[in-house]
Amino acid sequence: MTDVSEYRRQEDALDVNVPRQPVVQGEGVEQELLTINFGPHHPATHGVLRLLVHLEGEVVRDLKPIIGYVHTGIEKTAEDKSYWKVVPIVERMDYLAYYFNAMAYCGAVETLLGVEVPKRAQYLRVMHLELNRIMSHLVWLGTSALDLGAISMFWYCFRERETILDLFEMSSGQRMHTRYIQVGGVIEDIPAGFAERVRAFCEVMPDRIDSYRDLLEKNEIVLQRLRNVGALGQDELLELGVTGPLLRSAGHPWDLRKAMPYSSYDDFDFKIPVGTLGDNYDRFFVRIAEMYESVKIIEQCLDGLPEGPHITEDRKVALPPRWELATSMEALIHHFKLVTEGFRVPPGEAYYPIESPRGELGCFVRSDGSSKPARVHMRDPSFVNLQATAPMVKDLYIADMIATLAALDPILGGIDR
Amino acid sequence: MPDATGLELLAQELRESQPDGVRDTEHFRGKAALHVDPAAVRATLLFLREKGFEFLASVHGLDYYPQEPRLGVQYELLSMANLDRITVKLRVPTDAARVESVTPDWPTANHQEREVFDMFGVVFEGHPDLRRILMPEDYEGFPQRRDFPIGGEPVLFTRDEAFGRDYTA
Amino acid sequence: MEIVRREKTGADDFKVRQRRAQQMLRGELEGEDLEQHVRESIVTTTLDKAVGWARGNALFPMTFGLACCAIEMMSIVASRVDVARFGFEAFRASPRQADLLIISGRVSIKMAPVVRRIYDQMLEPKYSIAMGACSSSMGVFNNYAIVPADKFMPVDVHVPGCPPRPEALMHGILRLRSMIQDDPSLGWRERYNAVGTEELVPEAPTDSPDVNVYPPGDTAGA
Repeated sequence: MTDVSEYRRQEDALDVNVPRQPVVQGEGVEQELLTINFGPHHPATHGVLRLLVHLEGEVVRDLKPIIGYVHTGIEKTAEDKSYWKVVPIVERMDYLAYYFNAMAYCGAVETLLGVEVPKRAQYLRVMHLELNRIMSHLVWLGTSALDLGAISMFWYCFRERETILDLFEMSSGQRMHTRYIQVGGVIEDIPAGFAERVRAFCEVMPDRIDSYRDLLEKNEIVLQRLRNVGALGQDELLELGVTGPLLRSAGHPWDLRKAMPYSSYDDFDFKIPVGTLGDNYDRFFVRIAEMYESVKIIEQCLDGLPEGPHITEDRKVALPPRWELATSMEALIHHFKLVTEGFRVPPGEAYYPIESPRGELGCFVRSDGSSKPARVHMRDPSFVNLQATAPMVKDLYIADMIATLAALDPILGGIDR
Repeated sequence: MPDATGLELLAQELRESQPDGVRDTEHFRGKAALHVDPAAVRATLLFLREKGFEFLASVHGLDYYPQEPRLGVQYELLSMANLDRITVKLRVPTDAARVESVTPDWPTANHQEREVFDMFGVVFEGHPDLRRILMPEDYEGFPQRRDFPIGGEPVLFTRDEAFGRDYTA
Repeated sequence: MEIVRREKTGADDFKVRQRRAQQMLRGELEGEDLEQHVRESIVTTTLDKAVGWARGNALFPMTFGLACCAIEMMSIVASRVDVARFGFEAFRASPRQADLLIISGRVSIKMAPVVRRIYDQMLEPKYSIAMGACSSSMGVFNNYAIVPADKFMPVDVHVPGCPPRPEALMHGILRLRSMIQDDPSLGWRERYNAVGTEELVPEAPTDSPDVNVYPPGDTAGA
């Protein structure tokens, strides 16, 4: 065929040596930066996170996260429901740390109401919060190790997670999004046999965490991939508003459970694991070390669990117990009022911060005197921590970017709300 | 938390440097708050930074409908050294919803101010990249204002639609 | 209550059957034994049913986790509710390789076109499960930001729950499997009376340069 087709002529006319977007210039050489879209659907982004990555070869030069792909309008929905109905709505924000969402919200409402939470309820809350912290770190560890290629961690971590979910199911009836923490305390006291099951779990768990740590700690591949990768100093992290294990792995021992204790955390004796370099390796092992401390807290909770009511006795805020409804007219009226309209909160604004597995989770509630909140806002730690991604991955390879994203532990439900 | 007297002393010092900045002080349930004029917010935050409040924990907005001025922006500051928190609150009306951005001083406010812009329509002047963050870029309206309808739609399942049943009418 | 015990014939005993299969493989069965073995061990069916059976047991779900339901979807891959028992553990990340889209989580208005594009990229026969209350029917959040999955794509099975237990999702997947094994139709448009709703690709633009026209020389002036 002597006649060359138009298409072939076009192809031959292309000159790949002429860059179309010269961006980097130096010593007479022009290179172009390649913009790649890590779409919202990607197996390695933890959730629907979209990243626009500017690459020079395989080195990341800039990164822009684009979020909003799972924005559910939770805060707007919460304005439409009575205070106790907001608890399940708000729980679905950071969907791995649901007890924490409920705790922050209930803490803010309790501040506005001025009710006091009984000691037993505080201990039960702490126990469930720490169980949730372990569960969140397990899921994080499983999926992050999966990103690195250590697939068997996924199965081990999910096996432990099933045990914890069994405990949640025993105490509240639901595996996830349990709405166990209510305004004034917890919804129900723990059933018989729960304490034994939790104790059995606490006995087994440290050995399991030991084995997970042994799998990863001195593994050559883990060391090569995570050591000295993605390090960011304390000052820069504080400027970016980062809290939680990310800040602690950089060497700053800030933990709200110790610094500004809430819900009887000052009754417990536990340590705060702190890293040194602030690289991905430290981030991994700070979280694993936190799991040990959480087990300790749960054991101390069980040992020191006081007797008492599991929710505040103020009938204007908490439902009366069922047996009282048969005898007391007032209890019946309170029950009716609480279930239909809900309690009214005096006008005010409150911000209640707690330490969630990802950092400072604060809930801002504004009340205007009616039975529905006027504004509920969660200061979600992942939302603020995401801003640290770009400085962390600058000048790293793509594979390191994936590992850093894993170590950052973003939960898109909390980011997008 | 700075107690009531500490708060008053802070406000006094602030008034010395900026006479019209501080409108009010508030001490509610053990937490201190300063109500400031929108024009003075950046200077107030820098002043508080010198006082030790070096961590900006949260920037969030709210809608005080039907009270005017309607839109509010609040800044939660934390002092890790003194274990203190303080809030800075400001109000802007809907027709002049412009506030100076604090992102140049506090990089953490970047995404948070974008969220306040997206949800309430408060324009932050001086923000490096002010566009919608949670809603699609071409969305119209500011969802979290109190007069924005909550929305929601009826659901028709695929099988029902295929066989002509419509129960959403 | 009368208990009937059957005499254990040679065909019932597992060890005997195993032995017989071994002999069959080695070619040691002859004559009447061979005939009997063939009668007992071969299943005859229509080709459709066989293909349906194979297709139903070889689903490749796609890794499509949106929100909380994604965590429970990960749980079915984990060891307690093991989806590998049924052969569905090969979660493919590329839509070209997957045939089951499990929409696990709430679909926001920003994500809906993305989901639709991924569903379009999947090759027929493809199926979809709306897992959880949010994707099936708006769920807990009936507001401006979410879209029910039925609005923009066909859904075969809805699994309720918030989030549904892994066992519930498993039940939904198995229900889908029996649907696949019964119904031989390939495309979702046949299944749901939607033939004729294909998007028409717009005509090539008339003011484009000649490089986009083939064969060359035939300028698209009209």
